[in-house]
Amino acid sequence: MGRKDKPKLAVWKFASCDGCQLSLLDCEDQLLDIAGAVEIAYFPEATKAVQPGPYDLSLVEGSITTPHDAERIHQIRRDSKFLVTIGACATAGGIQALRNFKDVREFARIVYASPQFIDALNKSTPIADHVKVDFELRGCPVNKKQLIEVLSAFLHERKPNVPTHSVCVECKRQSIVCVMVAHGTPCLGPVTQAGCGAICPAYCRGCYACFGPKETPNVAALGCWWHDELDVPYRDVVRALRTYNAVAPPFEKESVRNEH
Amino acid sequence: MSSCDTKRPSRVIDRNALDDLLGTLRSRGYTVIGPRICDQAIVYDEIQTTDDLPVGWTDEQDAGSYRLKKRGDDALFGYVLGPHSWKKYLFPSAQRLWQVTRDGEDISLSPEGGEEVNRAFIAVRACELHAMAIQAKVFIGSEFVDPTYHVRSKNAFTLAVNCGQAGKTCFCASMNTGPRVDGGFDLALTEVLDGARHEFLVEVGSEIGAEVLGTVDSREARLEDQHTVDDIVANTVAQMGRSVDTADIGDLLKRNHANAKWDEIAERCLSCANCTMVCPTCFCSTVEDVTDLSGNHAERWRRWDSCFTMDFSYIAGGQVRSSTKSRYRQWMTHKLGTWHDQFGASGCVGCGRCITWCPVAIDITEEVAAIRRTEVEDATEPLKRGA
Ligand code: SF4
Ligand code: SF4
Ligand code: SF4
Ligand code: SF4
Repeated sequence: MGRKDKPKLAVWKFASCDGCQLSLLDCEDQLLDIAGAVEIAYFPEATKAVQPGPYDLSLVEGSITTPHDAERIHQIRRDSKFLVTIGACATAGGIQALRNFKDVREFARIVYASPQFIDALNKSTPIADHVKVDFELRGCPVNKKQLIEVLSAFLHERKPNVPTHSVCVECKRQSIVCVMVAHGTPCLGPVTQAGCGAICPAYCRGCYACFGPKETPNVAALGCWWHDELDVPYRDVVRALRTYNAVAPPFEKESVRNEH
Repeated sequence: MSSCDTKRPSRVIDRNALDDLLGTLRSRGYTVIGPRICDQAIVYDEIQTTDDLPVGWTDEQDAGSYRLKKRGDDALFGYVLGPHSWKKYLFPSAQRLWQVTRDGEDISLSPEGGEEVNRAFIAVRACELHAMAIQAKVFIGSEFVDPTYHVRSKNAFTLAVNCGQAGKTCFCASMNTGPRVDGGFDLALTEVLDGARHEFLVEVGSEIGAEVLGTVDSREARLEDQHTVDDIVANTVAQMGRSVDTADIGDLLKRNHANAKWDEIAERCLSCANCTMVCPTCFCSTVEDVTDLSGNHAERWRRWDSCFTMDFSYIAGGQVRSSTKSRYRQWMTHKLGTWHDQFGASGCVGCGRCITWCPVAIDITEEVAAIRRTEVEDATEPLKRGA
């Protein structure tokens, strides 16, 4: 492929911590291959050079939290052939969506000296609530192997191998001893989408659900089990569900139900 | 691995001789795999000597729960079963099938050769031998032979152990797969712990087993040693924690396709797939093709899959089994019913792993009994699809 044929890549940031973009820069060994395979046209985190759109592939990090961003994402969509959201903020609203359960103006009054200058939406929402998204890559942060898999799949016009089954499958494929059954440690793995490689169970910790709800999650049954068999108070079930994917619908529904 | 019809222990060895036996296996080029403690469970991994075994430990199991406990003695095999099964060696959870590389116009394809590691499996239980035989039927029992499974199983040495106790989730007795080993091993031990006496009664199951046993100190077994094995096994049968009434079971499940019990199970089931992953007979896999960024290198991988995932039943635009109810029903019906139609035997050996390692304690034995109790014949729609 000649250089002029290389697809143009743009990386955009909304409300986020930059961790997912850093996962891309963290691809060390494969960073040169990425730079060889695509033309990095817009990626302020990595390079000052900016090329105008349209772009073949846009990676979007972050959630929509301001009226300005709610506008900006539409322009990005218009400029992008493919739009892939990366990370829990972009795919589910992120940790900042904890505001969705409260009144954001209250926080602003407490935190800022002059809250009248803060122009924030009352809710943090995923990109897919605003524009059509071609693929969502989960994780807080995303897994760099999965990120490269998505880029490779895009470049070679195939479906990415990004399974939506439980973390448990990753545990068992790696022969990890189940922390819930063998130690009585509460684990969100059975309702969480795989992708991290079951890092926490590998270190004898319960899963924190960084990758959000799996396909057909039965959060109610797991919450009951935590409460009835592992002696977890409902208040802590709510807390466990309210992290990076707090407003992913299956988690939000269950945390709201358990609040009372 | 081959079996003769030797149903009686012929020799007796002590722990030192067992260590020597492991040494013989190593010197013959085997990687010796056996039970050892890791992360508060007894798992299968490489071992060197009997010191690596879970000496003096046992496991207490129930639906959704597993805990290690100290025994009051130095038993080497005084536990039941852990979360791992031998399928992790014979049918690895991730396996590259082939890779292809492009260099300009040249394309070179390299299939994975059968891996030439010889493994000795230590302390294989009766239900596990049956599970291995069941998987062998799937992978190498027809005209389509899986070459990697073939090499791995052909080269394995199997040292079996008769179970000296049964767990709360065990039900091999009702599946006719244990607790006494009845073939498919090279050597089989029965551990005898009686006061100061700590010995292992040995049955020989193959020529290579006899050869290996011949390299260590042993004495001839006496008639009372044979009775000892019978007593130990009978005691284990009496401890069996669970049972299944297998009468007519295939038809029972077929008749109860529309039983409301399935909906109840689906309310509890997480569709997490743990039950299929730990099951020593589940053989399903998915095949993934991956390319690198340059597009000059591609690989095909086979990974463990499960009928509990959505992708499993994806066909041209949709899932055949999108509800958890239909997936649980598929799993149980396959294990206990349609496996008979497919392979002429049950797909369940009663090891109890799916019960212990289900994070929410769903119990296949209890659910079969519940289906039996609540049997409703829905003659009008015996095979309602997709529900
Ligand atoms: S440790 Fe957690 S993720 Fe792993 S199998 Fe157990 S419940 Fe599932
Ligand atoms: S039966 Fe248990 S282990 Fe199996 S999928 Fe359901 S919850 Fe998971
Ligand atoms: S279905 Fe359950 S009890 Fe039967 S062989 Fe599989 S894991 Fe063991
Ligand atoms: S029960 Fe499910 S995973 Fe296991 S062999 Fe049958 S279809 Fe495959």
